[in-house]
Amino acid sequence: MLTVEALSAGYGPITALHEVSLTAPEGRITAVLGANGAGKTTLLRTVSGLHPARSGSVRLSDRTLDGLGADKMPGLGMSHVPEGRGVITELTVEENLRLGGLVHGRVGKGDLQRVLDLFPPLVERRAKPAGTLSGGERQMLVIGRALMARPRLLLLDEPSLGLAPRIVAQIFALLRDLVAEEGLSVLLVEQNARSALSVADHGVVLNLGRVVADRPADDLAADDQLRHAYLGF
Amino acid sequence: MQQLTNTLLGGLTLGLVFAAFALALVLIWRSTRVVNFAQAPMAMLTTYVALTLLDDGLPYWVAMLAALACGLVLGAVVEVLLVRRVSHTVEINPVILTLGLFIVFHAVAALVFGNQPRSFPAPFGIRGLSVGGQTIGVTGTDLFAVVAVLVVMGALVALFTLTDLGLRMRAAAFNSEVARMLGVRVGAMLTLGWALAALVGSVSGILIANGSLVSPNYMDSVVVFGFVAAVLGGLESPVGAVVGGLVLGVSVSVVSGYLSSQLVALAALAILMLVLSLRPGGLFSTPAARRV
Repeated sequence: MLTVEALSAGYGPITALHEVSLTAPEGRITAVLGANGAGKTTLLRTVSGLHPARSGSVRLSDRTLDGLGADKMPGLGMSHVPEGRGVITELTVEENLRLGGLVHGRVGKGDLQRVLDLFPPLVERRAKPAGTLSGGERQMLVIGRALMARPRLLLLDEPSLGLAPRIVAQIFALLRDLVAEEGLSVLLVEQNARSALSVADHGVVLNLGRVVADRPADDLAADDQLRHAYLGF
Repeated sequence: MQQLTNTLLGGLTLGLVFAAFALALVLIWRSTRVVNFAQAPMAMLTTYVALTLLDDGLPYWVAMLAALACGLVLGAVVEVLLVRRVSHTVEINPVILTLGLFIVFHAVAALVFGNQPRSFPAPFGIRGLSVGGQTIGVTGTDLFAVVAVLVVMGALVALFTLTDLGLRMRAAAFNSEVARMLGVRVGAMLTLGWALAALVGSVSGILIANGSLVSPNYMDSVVVFGFVAAVLGGLESPVGAVVGGLVLGVSVSVVSGYLSSQLVALAALAILMLVLSLRPGGLFSTPAARRV
């Protein structure tokens, strides 16, 4: 589904990603793990066109994404879900959701209902400004908003950030269902490695902008040395 | 009693014209965080377009529509060619740019159209309307101004709240990065925002010109009131701009009617200081979003 080859990116004199290569296969959850500053968010932002790449290439199925602007991605089937802070607080919950679906022209009632059915807590708040939502509801909203574009690949940035463990478990279970039922592919960036590995099929560990491990999730979780060194549990 | 009614009606009419000007400023501030000091001369240029067409014998409506179309194009051109180049630099640069445009547009108008004040026709006359046998201090042209501003405001509200395009524009204004992630062509939305703002500014320019004199600096006195109205409302809120405009229009009218027309600018300053000391964010500032 997604192929990243020798991708490098940085900020001024600092190189945040050193020739990172990875794949996110179809119908799988691929987790990118690592400490703060490992380059996880830069990786997502570069893949989705928000941050310029210095070299390397990104392909979605057989289509190259190099040099395309971020606004082209949802139309190609790839939706970037920012951290929960990425809700547009001034718009209502429903407006946030509709905005996600506009990429395919008009938004039908069915599209909206399909997503609201996945996130019951959002239903009663649909007419409220998104700024009034709790952290967990915001996370549901940004995921739901991305799903409105009917993506084939979701890029998820730290969905567990600042959320209670119970809510994190709910959100990860929902992701699992979406992958199983709709054949969605997910590239998940997480600092919370324990939770991410419990849901992911495959894990890629980044350290200081380089890939230090790229293995099946249970294999990573079983490697005590690697866990202690890079994942902090 | 009659004087009070006339003062208030005149104030509301004036206030709506201030509101239209303030609304143009707010539209641009909300979407690009630029205070468009060139708003007034841009409206002045399009008013001259209308005046030139009127002098050529074209009907009033044709001239007005042509001027509004020119406003739309001028706004888009200024955004694409100039504002976009400086919007990612130091914050002060767009301010210097629009101040510079203020001077340039004035000079261009003086060169092309001359410095002599020229009279602009009043589409519905300048005689007071009669209501129940009494002549009131509101002319047909005033009434036209009120209707025109209300129509423009209604159209903007409908655009922003009822259409998908309006939703895209609001998203681009509130959070451009998230809007891009969701497939919104943010650059196009900003251009459209400038174009619409320039159109609204042109409406206010023509309404002020109606039945009055036009010269390259005929809008200058309105600029101050338009800015005060926008700041009163919080600079962020279209509703605030309208309320700010009305409050200011009525106050200005009352002060000039009952005290002295020389105190008008002072009154505007006093209102501004009073509001900003009580509510520093303006009357309609939105409270900071809840942090999670």
